[in-house]
Amino acid sequence: MRGQEETRVTYTLESSLDSVDKVEQTAEQMARKAGIDEDETFRISMAVREAAVNAVLHGNAYDPGKRITATFENTGSDLIIRITDQGIGLDPAMLPDPLAPENLLRGSGRGIFLIRSFMDEVHFRQLHPGTELTLIKHLGTSKPSLQGGNSL
Amino acid sequence: MSMKVTTRQVDGVTILDLSGRILLGEGSVQLRDAVRDLLAKGQKKILLNLGDVTYIDSSGIGEMASALTAVHHQGGDLKLLNLTKRVHDVLQITKLYTVFDIKDDEASAIASFSQSA
Repeated sequence: MRGQEETRVTYTLESSLDSVDKVEQTAEQMARKAGIDEDETFRISMAVREAAVNAVLHGNAYDPGKRITATFENTGSDLIIRITDQGIGLDPAMLPDPLAPENLLRGSGRGIFLIRSFMDEVHFRQLHPGTELTLIKHLGTSKPSLQGGNSL
Repeated sequence: MSMKVTTRQVDGVTILDLSGRILLGEGSVQLRDAVRDLLAKGQKKILLNLGDVTYIDSSGIGEMASALTAVHHQGGDLKLLNLTKRVHDVLQITKLYTVFDIKDDEASAIASFSQSA
């Protein structure tokens, strides 16, 4: 049954790609447990992975002295994932538009855009130092899937 | 599962068969190195077969965009083959679907290079 069990778990992790994998896998398990379908689970886990990469790479810059925290909560009506880093902070208003023609072929700069595309709500909070990124997926609603391509 | 790359030649076109996950770190670097090596050898007609790619992140997407730019700068062409639904969706959301030449049949993809690059 979808969303009936309220759960919350928090991890404090080092600034590494192994931590990114751990966060992604936890998000995927959480979404599956909430009864979310395969495609939507992929979108959630991808958004969460991008948020974790942002924290490890752009926030903490792989600094072994800095940690990220990842909190996963199923409230019964929402999946809420909070990722924090200890970096210099992020102003989302300063991010270039990855869909602008001059940015389309850039090699980076799509992470936050993908997070916003795949989640229902995304909130930024400055922690001084650090950034908290909150990703929310409302249970029982999902963005319409895009058409085309081959099935996996 | 990390990414695996195998290379083959068909009628002057280099096909990179990619499988697994193209992610920040090893997967993206493998893709960058593979395309760079081909360009260094003068192989400028490149077809990326993504049929067995199960996952791609923003870093992998960025690496494909950079590869397209690098190949075009060398006067060559890079096309995509056999997109899975997930890769297709990500390319559509990021509008990269509009800048890549995307094929779903290997033979016609190879034939299309003779009219370009």
